[in-house]
Parts: sequence; structure tokens; C-alpha cells
Amino acid sequence: MVLLEVESLSKSFRGLRAVQNVSFEVPAGEIVGLIGPNGAGKTTIFNLIAGVYAPDSGSVLFQKRPIHALRPDQICAAGIGRTFQNVKPFAGLSVLDNVLVGAFLREKAPSAARALSLQILEKLGLGTKRDQLASSLTLPDRKRLEVARALATRPKLLLLDEVMAGLRPTECDQIVAVFRELNRAEGLTIVLIEHVMRAVMALAGRIVVLHHGEVIARGTPEEVVRDKAVLECYLGEETEV
Amino acid sequence: MIRGLLEGVPRRGLAMLAALLALLLAFPFFASGYLLAVGFLILYFAYVGQAWNIMMGFAGQLSLGHSLYVGLGAYAAAALYVHFGVSPWVGLGASIAVCAAAGAVIGFLAFRFGVGGVYFAILTIAFAEFARIGFDHFTWVRGSSGLFLPVANYTENDLWNLRGSPRMFYYLMLGLTAGAFVLCHALLRSRMGYYWLAIRESPEAAQALGVNLFRYKMVAVVVSAAMTSLAGVVFAFYYNNLFPEQIFHISRSIELILGPIIGGIGTLVGPLVGALLLTGLAEGMGELMLALGVDIPGVKQVFYGICLLLVVMFLPDGVWPPLARALRLDRKGKD
Ligand SMILES: Nc1ncnc2c1ncn2[C@@H]1O[C@H](COP(=O)(O)OP(=O)(O)O)[C@@H](O)[C@H]1O
Ligand SMILES: [Mg+2]
Repeated sequence: MVLLEVESLSKSFRGLRAVQNVSFEVPAGEIVGLIGPNGAGKTTIFNLIAGVYAPDSGSVLFQKRPIHALRPDQICAAGIGRTFQNVKPFAGLSVLDNVLVGAFLREKAPSAARALSLQILEKLGLGTKRDQLASSLTLPDRKRLEVARALATRPKLLLLDEVMAGLRPTECDQIVAVFRELNRAEGLTIVLIEHVMRAVMALAGRIVVLHHGEVIARGTPEEVVRDKAVLECYLGEETEV
Repeated sequence: MIRGLLEGVPRRGLAMLAALLALLLAFPFFASGYLLAVGFLILYFAYVGQAWNIMMGFAGQLSLGHSLYVGLGAYAAAALYVHFGVSPWVGLGASIAVCAAAGAVIGFLAFRFGVGGVYFAILTIAFAEFARIGFDHFTWVRGSSGLFLPVANYTENDLWNLRGSPRMFYYLMLGLTAGAFVLCHALLRSRMGYYWLAIRESPEAAQALGVNLFRYKMVAVVVSAAMTSLAGVVFAFYYNNLFPEQIFHISRSIELILGPIIGGIGTLVGPLVGALLLTGLAEGMGELMLALGVDIPGVKQVFYGICLLLVVMFLPDGVWPPLARALRLDRKGKD
């Protein structure tokens, strides 16, 4: 079953064509990687899916239902969780309270929301930091907090925007293991934007490559890394392996 | 329910609250008439400060026009009493309804059309100013010549019609302030409270986590407006006269937000501490000047200014957060 369908999506910012005629599908239960050089339009695609921007043209279907006219909170309620590349923690709240806000979407009772939040914090290795103010976290921890908050909304589809940037290789492997486990055990579908190719190769079953707002290649990780166009414009120089 | 409210509150905090409440309850028995009036004012500002704090401190929406709700609340109950002899306990229903509606209109205009930050604050000022000018010509409530409540010589407190001694008003205000404190405490622990804080900290992130920004900002404005209206009702029956030029004046809006700012925006105890400091010290200054025979107009205003300046410079989070840490009452960024 296809969970998410992005069809001929386009978006310009004052004449700059950030996303042009992009189409791809995300089957339920899969992990899809979205890669490409900086400025390729990856984050903009997430913002279009998550309802931050309305597309100039094209459509987004989630579980066969068009969602591109919905607000971000409605899209979250429909089952799409997202993280922000430029992290947006609730700086004045504790780590636990940050996650609680997400948990309240499905768990209306404070005690149940708290239990869910603690469980997720534990999973992401933030358990011991739960009482710290979010503003006191390091950048990698803030990225983890982004993931924890999004997971607390119990999404069917999780959009991860460069959450592994800045992590050390061992930390990166840990979080990769968390995502793989969530995918395997709970059937969580994931789209991840990532520059850390090691993580993309480890997680993604399929990859979509963007350049100047357009899809220039797609396929399995093995196919994509051998693709000539991809090698030229992206993997050639910028890869962190 | 009660256990839920107490959960996680430090023992020392509870003990201090109980002591404070006992002190406030006993206060009228040893206070002079003048001190009782000061006590009333402190509680009044603590209450409206708490109400304003819901909008700004919790949900992050700056209102500089809260005199609108004090005025509308005061006029609604007072007019019903003067014209129809309606008890303020019934009239306050009208006050709440009018203020909730006014808050809803302002909130709708602002939040539907994406007016935020400074522009939202200006909108709130504009509405208070509309009311001030409008009520000057509103003859049913005697326009600019002022609405007076009949004052008879009373021998007993008539609680039903709120005709009585300053002591009665003091306890009434104490009840309201304590109620507002408990309500805000409960709100902060509820889903709604968390949503407000999330909106204050980052609207985009809140929305991405499923928070309906429009709905929760609307609720904050309406709850804050409705609470403020009750202060207006007490104000009307305590002072027995209402003038649009005074009650809706922008200086009244500013005055009522100073307490929570000085005390600590977004904290539960801040509005109380701020009201105590500002009112207590301003009155104390007045007394001191009197005793010293100095008669300079505007001393109170200058004092407010200096206090604000000092707090903004040295205690940017207000007086309460560092005080709470010193008393070891802080619970990680809240209360
Ligand atoms: N809100 C915006 N306003 C104007 N330009 C934007 C906005 N968001 C993104 N862009 C532009 O769109 C292009 C794609 O950006 P983005 O989607 O962030 O790329 P990526 O995430 O692939 O690095 C960039 O040129 C960027 O400057
Ligand atoms: Mg990006």
C-alpha cells in the first residue's frame, strides 16, 4: 500500500524555483531517503508535505486523501510527524515538557502523556536529561529532542530532516538502530533527508535524489550511488561516509 | 482532583503558601483602614496581573488593552445594578459574557488574519481606546459625567448587593486572587496549559505537533478577558463611581501589567509578588514623602519607572524566579 504520494509538486519563492515538478511515492512500512546538495529543495518538500507552505501546483496524498490544503496541525493529527532542520525546541521548557506537548496529541490525560514521553525519551537516550531546560542541550541532543517530540505524536509517517548532522559515528549508529527498530517493530514509515551517507545507506530501501528542485535519480541505494548524474552533482564532492 | 493539584508541589512551597494565606486572612484584624485599602489594592493587582499573565505569560500574546475588560466588566454589572437593581452576583454573568465576547472579537480579528506581536498589542490598545471614547457618549451609563452607584449608610455588610465595609471587599478580592491562583496552577498542568507554553515558545513547532494555534490562542484571550471582568465588577462596587476616561485609560492597562512583569512573566507567583512590591512600595513611598513633608507630584510614577528599570536591567526574568531559587522552591522552569 502507498502511504504518501507526492505528485508533480512545485513551489517557487519570489521567482526562485525551489521545487519543480517533483513526484515520488512512499510505500507503507518503508524508509525512503531524500538526498541532494544544499539548496536542492529537500526541506521545502518537507514543508510542503507538512503543510507549512501550500504548493504552487501538484498534490500530496496521505492514505489516498489530499492533504495539501490542510494546516500543519491537521497534517500532524492525520499521522505525519516532522522534525525541523533548524531545530525549534521550546527553549524555556524542560526536555520532558517538550515531549509532553507532542504526546498530548493522542494522550489527553497528563499521566498517560507523561508515561509515553518518558518511554520515548528513554528510547532516544535523553532519559537522564529530562529535567534540563531544552535551551541547555547541545545541538545533537536538540536534534534528538526534535525526533522525540515528533515520535510522541505517534505518527504513521515520520519526516526526518538531517537529524544526524553533528552526531559522532557511534551516536549515529545508535539512532540508526532506533529508527530501524521503530520501522521493524511498529511499522513506522520514514522519509529521511540526510547528508550522512552511512546512515542513508543503512536505513533507506529507496532513495530519491534532488538537484535544483528536480528529481535527477531514484532507485535502491546501490543503483543511486552508481548513477552518473548523482556522482557528478552530489556524491562526488560532498559525501560524508 | 485535589491530590492531582498538589502533586509535585514542593512541601516547603505548600507550607509557605499556607502561611501566606493565613497571614492574608488575619490581616484585616490588625490592619488600619488605610492598610486595609492598600491590602485590597495589592490583591486587586495580583488578581488582574494573574489574568493578564494567562495571555502574555502563558500563551505569549501581549495585551496592552486589558483596561477594556476591567471597564466593560465594571460597567456591565454596575449598569444592571443601577438601572434594574440586579445583584452583582447575577450581573457578573453579563460582565463575563460581554468581556468574553470582546476578547473573542479581538482574538478573531488578530489570529484569523495573522496579526501578531506588536501589531496585536496595538490592536488591543485600539479596542480599549474605542471603548473609552464610545463610553464617553454612551448616555445609558451617563457618558463622560460618570456612573455612580448609590451609597447608603450601611450598618451590616450586604454581600448579595456588595454594599459593605472595606473588610468585605478585601475578603472578596482575597477569594478571587486565591481562586485565580489555583485555577492558573491547574491550567498550567493541563493539556491546554502545555499548549499555551508551546505556542509562546515556538508557534511553528507547536503547530507541527498538532496544536491548533487559532483555537488555543482564542481560549487564552477569552479566559483572560473573562477573569479580568470580575476585577471590574469588584472595582465598580468598591469605588462606586465609573468614568470612561479613567477606567478605560491606557495608563490603567499599563499599570496592571507592571506587577506580573516585575514579579516574573509566566510564573504563578510572579503577579502576587509584583503587586506586593509595586503597590506596597509605592504606597510606602507616598507615606514616607508625607512624613518627610515632601510634596512632589508624580513621585509614584517615577518610582514605578525606577523599579521597572532596575528589574529589567538586573532581573530580566522578574523578581520571583531568582527568589524561588533562593527559597529552593523552583521546579525546573515553572511556577
Ligand atoms: N521560506 C523561503 N523563502 C525564500 N526562499 C526559500 C525559502 N525556503 C527555502 N528557500 C530557498 O529554496 C531553495 C531550496 O531550499 P531548501 O529546501 O531549504 O534546500 P535543502 O533543504 O535541500 O538544502 C533554496 O535556494 C532556499 O534558499
Ligand atoms: Mg534542508
